[in-house]
Amino acid sequence: MTDAKIRIKNLYKIFGKSPAKMLPLVKEGMTKTELLEKHNHVLGIQNVSLDIPEKRIQVVMGLSGSGKSTLIRHINRLIEPTGGEILIDGEDILAMDDKRLRQLRRTKTAMVFQKFGLLPHRKVKENVAYGLEIQGVEPVKCAERAQYWIERVGLGGYEDHYPGQLSGGMQQRVGLARALATDPEVLLMDEAFSALDPLIRFDMQSILLELQQELHKTIVFITHDLDEALRLGDNIAILRDGAMIQQGDAQEIVLRPADDYIADFTKDINRGKVIQLRSLATPNTGYQGETLSAGTKLEDALPILAQAPEQTIGVTQASGTLIGTVTLRDAISALRS
Amino acid sequence: MEVFEEFPALGRKTLSTMKKVIDEAFKGFSREYGQALEDFFDPLLRFLVWFEKLLLATPWPIILLIVGVLAWLGSRSWKISLGSVLAFVAIGILGMWEDTMATLAIISVSTFLCILLGIPIGIFMARSDRAQSLITPVLDVMQTIPSFVYLIPVVMLLGIGKVPGLIAVCIYAIPPIVRLTNLGIRLVDKEVLEAADAFGASPRQKLIGVQVPLALPNIFAGINQTIMMALSMVVIASMIGVKGLGVPVLRAISNQYLALGLMNGLAIVALAIIFDRVSQSYGKRLQAYRKGHGHD
Ligand SMILES: Nc1ncnc2c1ncn2[C@@H]1O[C@H](COP(=O)(O)OP(=O)(O)OP(=O)(O)O)[C@@H](O)[C@H]1O
Ligand SMILES: [Mg+2]
Repeated sequence: MTDAKIRIKNLYKIFGKSPAKMLPLVKEGMTKTELLEKHNHVLGIQNVSLDIPEKRIQVVMGLSGSGKSTLIRHINRLIEPTGGEILIDGEDILAMDDKRLRQLRRTKTAMVFQKFGLLPHRKVKENVAYGLEIQGVEPVKCAERAQYWIERVGLGGYEDHYPGQLSGGMQQRVGLARALATDPEVLLMDEAFSALDPLIRFDMQSILLELQQELHKTIVFITHDLDEALRLGDNIAILRDGAMIQQGDAQEIVLRPADDYIADFTKDINRGKVIQLRSLATPNTGYQGETLSAGTKLEDALPILAQAPEQTIGVTQASGTLIGTVTLRDAISALRS
Repeated sequence: MEVFEEFPALGRKTLSTMKKVIDEAFKGFSREYGQALEDFFDPLLRFLVWFEKLLLATPWPIILLIVGVLAWLGSRSWKISLGSVLAFVAIGILGMWEDTMATLAIISVSTFLCILLGIPIGIFMARSDRAQSLITPVLDVMQTIPSFVYLIPVVMLLGIGKVPGLIAVCIYAIPPIVRLTNLGIRLVDKEVLEAADAFGASPRQKLIGVQVPLALPNIFAGINQTIMMALSMVVIASMIGVKGLGVPVLRAISNQYLALGLMNGLAIVALAIIFDRVSQSYGKRLQAYRKGHGHD
């Protein structure tokens, strides 16, 4: 992939007294448990490589302790890696001095936190303006931009409240507005919606998707929730014990889980909502009948398939070219397995 | 066994030479640098004298007004403000106005000095674990060593007067502000700091924009304690020539004047209560945002 906005190459992170000494052991294949038992070091990230495409939502998923937070904090270098490389727009962020790094954090990246990380002594409007203030933008302009983003996330009227006076969902909107106010190219979201209850969480996902349609940020979104990952992610990477075990789009993960761990993850989801006709189509050049677009979800295709002659339907790409056909039988078996 | 009956102390002679050597060395130091130190503290002396004169020269109604207004600004409570004014009226009626002004002057200046030195030291401690482990024992000593013990070198160096008094008060009163500034900054939520980092805040921006404001309630608790401790030094300070409410108390002790001692003692208590209530309610207002209610 040449259009990668962020490239992570062979990243390692070991927590402990002398991580550099442990690195060779890990590279030789020592596992997280062994490292902890024998050397009292924690393996945070092992050999993760990931190209994050521009203007897309990259989801990183994994269970608690799998290294998600550690990974995302490497992208703006809140954590120093033990080994490996991180490039943003081709620039090696590990080579940056403090000043350049601050510059990067001020203008190119912004972060949204699981526990919001708002400044409790500042009002909503001052929180949203924080990033701009740090950049040294003049106060009038700060206030203007802050106001705009407060309205965009639906918090108009709460400008003068303190974070402690808001509900969790509202606080996270402040967090989102604060991150967007600096107009960053990269948005880093570490379990940004995990602390919210399901309905609010769904709302927030909708807000994010809606904003993304217009803003086209490069978003790295961490979650441990598969439904959230499938809903938001253009691309999904799965971590276990600090290692990346699979990456791909939602369908790949659901249809071709790399191992039992992932299969276990995916077994309870509603496959009809994820699988698209594209991945089921079998080549059939002679087909002449009705067609559906390749991006149609199984869920939406089923009723049409049931009515279709011979319970078969053609699948076309956006350009209109036929890529094959799908039968009702294929569709139903894809729902099951 | 004879050895266990009496502790094998160094010989009388050794001990007395040792003490003598130390005394001589310090006297030498004092002869050498006493003047320089006095010159160094001269601006402080002038400031203190000026401030005391200012308080005494200001007509009493204006002082009452200032007391009332400051109490109101600090506490936003008319009860506290009125109480403070009435306390000063009582002090005036009972003939302790001048001594109270002198005490007020030294308390204000020493508190000011403690804040000026204490907050930066506290910040420094918060930023470095090494600094913390070095300074903490020093603070412990300052707080526990009997004041009379450090009065000796202070007096040897600077003689008797306002400045040594001021220094003695500061030595005793500065630890809380240092400690609580350090504590307050260290207690600032790591997540909030991480957020500041993530937005590219420089160390300075973090300190001024996040750490100090969030530590302010603790810093204020420190200032409050510093003032209280300074007030409790008033009598001791008057032993080395500081004017104020401590002087009549001392006189009362040596002559067994019960009423005089009581009156001046109570005046000190009144000052303490006023300072305490005003600064505490100001501190509380500072952290109003922590509560989940209200709209401002
Ligand atoms: N500062 C640290 N010192 C030592 N070990 C750490 C540190 N930070 C993280 N770890 C360890 O690294 C591993 C990955 O932690 P991380 O916080 O990245 O997990 P996570 O996937 O974000 O989990 P969660 O879903 O609970 O947030 C864990 O085993 C954790 O104990
Ligand atoms: Mg995490």
